[in-house]
Amino acid sequence: MSALEYNGGSVIAMVGKDCVAIASDLRLGTQALGISSNFQRVFPMTDRLYVGLPGLGTDVTTLYERFRYRVNMYTIKEEREINPETFAHMVSSTLYQHRFGPYFIEPVVAGLSKSPTGALKPFIAAMDLIGCINFAKDFVVAGTASSKLYGVAEGLWEPDLEPEDLFETISQTLLNAVDRDAFSGWGAVVHVITKDRVISRTLKARMD
Amino acid sequence: MWGSQAGFGSLVKGVPSFVIPSVPDPAAFLRLHTDDHADPSCKIKIQHGTTTLAFRYQGGVIVAVDSRATAGSYVASGTVKKVIEINPYLLGTMAGGAADCQYWETYLGVHCRLHELRNRERISVSAASKYLSNLVYSYKGMGLSMGTMICGWDKTGPALFYVDSDGTRLKGNIFSVGSGSTFAYGVLDQEYRWDLPDEEAQELARRSIYAAGHRDAFSGNTCNLYQVKEDGWQFIGNYDITKLHYDGPGEAPGNGYGYDIRVEGQTSTDLPATAGQA
Repeated sequence: MSALEYNGGSVIAMVGKDCVAIASDLRLGTQALGISSNFQRVFPMTDRLYVGLPGLGTDVTTLYERFRYRVNMYTIKEEREINPETFAHMVSSTLYQHRFGPYFIEPVVAGLSKSPTGALKPFIAAMDLIGCINFAKDFVVAGTASSKLYGVAEGLWEPDLEPEDLFETISQTLLNAVDRDAFSGWGAVVHVITKDRVISRTLKARMD
Repeated sequence: MWGSQAGFGSLVKGVPSFVIPSVPDPAAFLRLHTDDHADPSCKIKIQHGTTTLAFRYQGGVIVAVDSRATAGSYVASGTVKKVIEINPYLLGTMAGGAADCQYWETYLGVHCRLHELRNRERISVSAASKYLSNLVYSYKGMGLSMGTMICGWDKTGPALFYVDSDGTRLKGNIFSVGSGSTFAYGVLDQEYRWDLPDEEAQELARRSIYAAGHRDAFSGNTCNLYQVKEDGWQFIGNYDITKLHYDGPGEAPGNGYGYDIRVEGQTSTDLPATAGQA
């Protein structure tokens, strides 16, 4: 029995045209037994930066609090918001610090990063549990339904989707993938990050 | 082999024979490659995880099952028929190895028919279930995996037996088998009465399978409901478990079984749903 699969749960992030989306299921279980259908594992770090933390439930909470603390300290010291790239490296180094006794989390980072000219560029990244970063141009997946998410995303994703189309694509991808995974599901939440607002929606999902 | 020489046709030679792997200990060989309790990383995964239930009551026997098949964490199918229609008066349920249940319960059906032809009388549920339990006992230790309920109506009235691949055979009023059985028992034990009217008995079975489908990761998708009466079994219906959760069994919505649906807006922690809101 793997600690990564003990509580179940999955996260996916996708790139669109001048926007990114991150979505997750809401199940927390202990192996086969479902406990909660309202367990949040995607958190806002700044107005344009979200992190998803699929994996062991206890580490979801611990790491979220850790990142919240470190992002707050960064903001105070630097007197500016953290960039998604910088945040991803912060997550990565935090995980690698625990190389020989890791947190059982495979984080997903999604946000809009500000280039020197002031333009906003979509950014997504995923990591393994000891911090190896995977920068992707299309989509990243993690969690117990990751293999299924790859399959559906590979079929549905296309470049330059507008926010509403990206929402539809990521929602259908997540919903259909978690229905094929025994340890994910029980509700879902989607965040689409655009340059002037974040669209957050709770989806009606299968409850079995 | 073809025609009557193949499969169940060759009954003159007694129990059908199987091709055995040519290794010193075939049972251990099979166990090494298939038993996911001993070795979760083994390559061959046999269908596991189910909720099935059956109970006897005033009006006959109610049989209800889920329809999910999983291989590891992968939901391999959501439309499995876990009630096996042995003959018009006998039903068997499927838990454990899908192939084992399907094959041996169909085989049981053949023998029940032979019994009818030889004795000009339908086989009793007791005799049929004993035939099955003796049969699987003869394969004990060879890796058969089945937990089944044999349900029917005979001279004695409604009858229900639990038979598993260990050789256990039990007569009883209420049984539930599979990974979700504890959840089903919870609902079943609370609401069960002998003098349940037909409608309420069906509702109880549906509600019990829903509970298991909801809580157990390895059960779900749909519920198949059967009823056995004096003139044989009858298929009542197929119910989507998610639809039961949100809307309930009928056509009219608003009768959902789900806890969070029933208490929505009534507690401080369950505020009205914000689904579809930006």
